[in-house]
Amino acid sequence: MTVFLLRRLLQAAGVVLVMSLLVFLGVYAIGDPIEILISPEADQIERERAIKALGLDLPLWQQYLVFLGNALRGDLGRSFVFNEPALRLILDRMPATLELAIGATLAALIIGLPLGLYAGLRPSSPVSKGILAGSILGFSLPTFWVGLMLIMVFAVQLGWLPSTGRGETVTILGMRWSFLTRDGLAHMLMPALNLSLFKISLVIRLTRAGVRETMLMDYVKFARAKGLSPARITFIHVFKNILIPVVTVVGLEFGGTIAFSVVTESVFAWPGMGKLIIDSINVLDRPVMVAYLMIIVLMFITINLLVDITYSLLDPRVRLEGKS
Amino acid sequence: MSAVPASAAPGAPTLEVRNLRTHFLTRAGVVKAVDDVSFTVRSGKVLGLVGESGSGKSVTGFSILGLVDPPGRIVGGQILFKGQDLATLSEEAMRKLRGNRIAMIFQDPMMTLNPVLRIDTQMIETVLAHARVSREEARQRARDALGQVGIASPDERLRSYPHQFSGGMRQRVAIAIALLHKPDVIVADEPTTALDVTIQGQILAEAQKLCAQTGTALVWITHDLSVVAGLADDIAVMYAGKVVENGPVEQVLDAPLHPYTLGLIGSVPSRNRRGEPLRQIPGMTPSMLNLPAGCAFRARCPRAEARCAEPPPFAEYRPGRFARCIHPHEEAVAA
Repeated sequence: MTVFLLRRLLQAAGVVLVMSLLVFLGVYAIGDPIEILISPEADQIERERAIKALGLDLPLWQQYLVFLGNALRGDLGRSFVFNEPALRLILDRMPATLELAIGATLAALIIGLPLGLYAGLRPSSPVSKGILAGSILGFSLPTFWVGLMLIMVFAVQLGWLPSTGRGETVTILGMRWSFLTRDGLAHMLMPALNLSLFKISLVIRLTRAGVRETMLMDYVKFARAKGLSPARITFIHVFKNILIPVVTVVGLEFGGTIAFSVVTESVFAWPGMGKLIIDSINVLDRPVMVAYLMIIVLMFITINLLVDITYSLLDPRVRLEGKS
Repeated sequence: MSAVPASAAPGAPTLEVRNLRTHFLTRAGVVKAVDDVSFTVRSGKVLGLVGESGSGKSVTGFSILGLVDPPGRIVGGQILFKGQDLATLSEEAMRKLRGNRIAMIFQDPMMTLNPVLRIDTQMIETVLAHARVSREEARQRARDALGQVGIASPDERLRSYPHQFSGGMRQRVAIAIALLHKPDVIVADEPTTALDVTIQGQILAEAQKLCAQTGTALVWITHDLSVVAGLADDIAVMYAGKVVENGPVEQVLDAPLHPYTLGLIGSVPSRNRRGEPLRQIPGMTPSMLNLPAGCAFRARCPRAEARCAEPPPFAEYRPGRFARCIHPHEEAVAA
């Protein structure tokens, strides 16, 4: 296990290094921030001074090395726009996105697992067919459209739920969280549901396929031959086996949810990282873009590692070893 | 412990299958996987249920435990367990018997244990499904059962996962699970087919010993006549869903009545016939979807004649010797 972790950390460092180069080059290619940042009325001397202050006069490779050196010390640069450290800017917004993504993932499991289980155990019942048809909708309806519809129905017409912002927040560990207040929770409900729609469908499909496959296995028949109750067979023998693929996919999806909550955050004006990055791209705020992408890379690496560890806990045949 | 009345009369069969019919109602038609199967097994005795792949042996076994999956269904006949017809029992009543009074061992030990549950979980749950005992007591019983089937250091083994065991060990665990409640009947569906010969020998010896000790009636399903010869007291030969011959094992093997039984015996390599080509049964097993009328074996039978187009009766040709053939071999045939 220790060897496995060490190897993974080394790999992670390599991935981060390669990613930092790609991200830096990519962001450089998008456009020149000077045109946007410096007022067109500024004269040549002011321009030169500003460019020098931002470090944009150096050749690209030097800019990269400076960035790398600073990054090693935990400094991912200062935002051109806010004149604040990019990292702090992002970390400020992170709790909002995190709680949204976690809420969406939990909703996907809480709603998706039972529905998938039911559909798998009774494949020919009309209810199962309804669940399956619903999951197709969940897959194919565009997120932004569903978000707008939710706002139309629940905020505009029924007036039950607020449509924008985070609502009341509570500060814990220096971070602001919405899910601990009634108002915050009400604000969170629609965006979280919106974000989880695709995932609910995914979990339903995975669970249903897993149940149908597992029910045919000899060990399920043997469990029946032992005289176990149907509930025990379903919830212990079948459920534990289908959790393996579900955990893998939902875990990997979680990273995607955080990285691509952009659409939902824009629709519901949810002040998270997704909204920050969209705003930063609009004004070509390079340090924020680079810092954001680096954090996403780190997050994916961490999530993958956690999924691997969970996997080994669920499936005794998988042992995490140093050799590949 | 169960709703089953105690054995009616001493010496009465523990299990009696009468004219069992299990059909699969598929879109392509009705598959008569088991079509008129009868046999009896007494306490402490072993019945060898023999036949080729697809002859309906396994479906017969699953029918006894009420484990036939749709579209399969028991459509006729009786399965009398101590006088009570299992075919008419409710699913819940049947569940209380399964693993308790009637246990089953499956063919492929690599597939019968749940890969994500520890051996102790899988054994203890079986104990607790049928007995009101503490977890500790259940663990104790599991440990004893493992010891009984010859697994060394059972305490340590209980904490293992199935993938840490070899095939032979897993089959021993499966047998130990079957033995947990000292069942009256064990249906063993080719339990040694997937194992190598030395392990097979050990398992057979174990099974024989346990049956004799505990008085369990054993239905041993196999395609291997040599296994039956060494293990069984009685033999029932199946062909295309029907029992074609039934009787004490020595008599049947020495002097088969049915040409199919003779063909099976002839297909086993023997030292006495060294150098000669093995006698094969010509042709193929017929499609179960489209069985010919009359004797299903007649297309492959050297003695077939026009009368075989009529369904032959299952008749007692000699005391205790039944066959489904209108012209059985009258005397012992050297095989």
